Amino acid sequence: MTTASRPTTPEPSDGRPADREPILQVRDLVKHFPLTQGIVFKRQVGAVQAVDGVSFDLFPGETLGIVGESGCGKSTVAKLLMNLEEPTSGEILYRGEDITKLSGRALKAVRRNIQMVFQDPYTSLNPRMTVGDIIGEPYEIHPEVAPKGDRRKRVQELLDVVGLNPEYINRYPHQFSGGQRQRIGIARGLALRPEVIVADEPVSALDVSVQAQVVNLMERLQDEFNLSYMFIAHDLSIVRHISDRVGVMYLGKIVEVGADAEIYEHPTHPYTQALLSAVPVPDPEARQYRERIILSGDVPSPANPPSGCRFRTRCWKARERCVVEEPLLAVPEAFRGTGGPAAHDSACHFAEEKPVVPRER
Amino acid sequence: MPENNPLDPEQGPIAPGGGYGAGMDLAASDADTLERAPGHGQEPGGPAGKPRSLWSDAWRDLRRNPVFIISVLIILFLVFISLWPGTIATQDPLQANLQKSQAGSEPGHPFGFDSQGRDVYTRVVYGARASVTVGVCATAGVVLLGSVLGGLAGFFGGWWDAILSRISDVFFGIPVVLGGLVFLSVVTNSTVWPVVGFMVLLGWPQIARIARGSVITARQNDYVQAGRALGAGNSRLLLRHIAPNAVAPVIVVGTIALGTYIALEATLSYLGVGLKPPTVSWGIDISDASNQIRNAPHMLLWPAGALSLTVLAFIMLGDAVRDALDPKLR
Repeated sequence: MTTASRPTTPEPSDGRPADREPILQVRDLVKHFPLTQGIVFKRQVGAVQAVDGVSFDLFPGETLGIVGESGCGKSTVAKLLMNLEEPTSGEILYRGEDITKLSGRALKAVRRNIQMVFQDPYTSLNPRMTVGDIIGEPYEIHPEVAPKGDRRKRVQELLDVVGLNPEYINRYPHQFSGGQRQRIGIARGLALRPEVIVADEPVSALDVSVQAQVVNLMERLQDEFNLSYMFIAHDLSIVRHISDRVGVMYLGKIVEVGADAEIYEHPTHPYTQALLSAVPVPDPEARQYRERIILSGDVPSPANPPSGCRFRTRCWKARERCVVEEPLLAVPEAFRGTGGPAAHDSACHFAEEKPVVPRER
Repeated sequence: MPENNPLDPEQGPIAPGGGYGAGMDLAASDADTLERAPGHGQEPGGPAGKPRSLWSDAWRDLRRNPVFIISVLIILFLVFISLWPGTIATQDPLQANLQKSQAGSEPGHPFGFDSQGRDVYTRVVYGARASVTVGVCATAGVVLLGSVLGGLAGFFGGWWDAILSRISDVFFGIPVVLGGLVFLSVVTNSTVWPVVGFMVLLGWPQIARIARGSVITARQNDYVQAGRALGAGNSRLLLRHIAPNAVAPVIVVGTIALGTYIALEATLSYLGVGLKPPTVSWGIDISDASNQIRNAPHMLLWPAGALSLTVLAFIMLGDAVRDALDPKLR
């Protein structure tokens, strides 16, 4: 498999030494949701291939951004990482231990180290619990983390850390704005001092001005607590701002992954290029020089994905080979050994560079 | 009240004229200091005060709610006369004086007499025991059984849900009066318990459906997923996260059903399968009096009024509790 041979693109410029152990390794993760017919006697008539063979590594202290359009399986990956869904096959190794097979006490112990920030700050906080109860709940579930008398103080410290007034402890979620609620959600995620935070579109439900605050807060907390983030979003600018490495997903697969500069300035997969060409360019002068790639058609149904390359139905480069042979996620032959920024993993038979984002000046 | 001060959304943290780009560069520390405006909506007692939770807040709220206090006083009074009817009605509810048949009120008999010449006031007081017992016990049984079974079906889904839903469909299909005639005619025991048991048996699917639906709605919220991601077990998720958010419709339907059960007891008594004389109940008296409404309206008015007051008290109580459990209404 590509993942076994892949040295996970050690890029010295990231400040990420090649010998560093990944904290989370995902290997060939597959999640198919069965489609059934009948009420009492169900029979399976197919499967939605939400996630179909996803592999990546997450290193301590880094942020891995995952981008892709709606329905490409980003959120399912997050749920699988959190053990909220059971994968059809594949492994998720947390410090070498496969967490998909854990249950009971062992799973509870692992949950302390991997926490989640949810997309919607309005449904992710129980409206009938005070902020103190919401942020203090992790300590009730894991009483070994904080002694009982200490919990209230810890909750107030957490409120302080995320930039909320510690006196708000007795308030209810509806008394806060969206951005403040997301801070409460982050405080809850931090309560157990996890090493990994999976953020599933943490800012996409917020006002643009508030998005920046929350992203900045997350960056500050990353330095303070040495967190690893898996940051899922569809906003390419936010992902670029926060990520060290970026993975691009299309229809349940990662099609391209690399350091953020590699992906944004030297994309080699046609889907990434099309995605990036849609990013608004704030500079009207630069805008006229860029080419917009308009994809034809819609995303195919994940219940019935195309053979070979999944992107071939919308790709302007598609040829016979794309129909019969599925491209593997690896450094494309054309760039192998060049050592340049284009030499990163890309799942395309005809990978080539095509600058689509005007360089930042 | 200070906590009613609505927080100004996004107050402070936005830099003036801050567009997307400016917001991006906004230092987090700026946002922090601005957001922590001093003295803004401070709780009485400050952070050193007692930690509060949904239940303690709800209780604080209820104690100040006149609707709650009035309804509790009425219910306590009803419980009191159910236990010790002799303290406020000194006569015998069964003593008949046919000379006074359907007579109006007179000194010592403020509510008048019924067809048998029995004192209506005494019968209303003594009837509370059977009627309140049937109403409260049937409602409690239906709500407990229905919400537990329906809630579990909604939470776990799958086979358990499929089987339970089909069983409740079967009970839904049984007509109440026909079912009552069949079930209760074989029972010789003349206490209230067979009637209560029958009502619970036929009533639980109604609450079970409502509980199942509201649990399914609550279960889909992200906070349940968040609890699971923290390592919370099913019992914690059900009791702390789902139940408080799913209980409101059950309370509403349950308190309204209470009156229905007292009326149903009257229907069954009228058919001769419910409570039997010499048991005194509002239901029996109402069904007797309804034939005589043109001759002696007072015979109907007083027991029916007592029934209405009881139902009203429980509906008010349910309303107050439901509102107190919703922090948004505070």
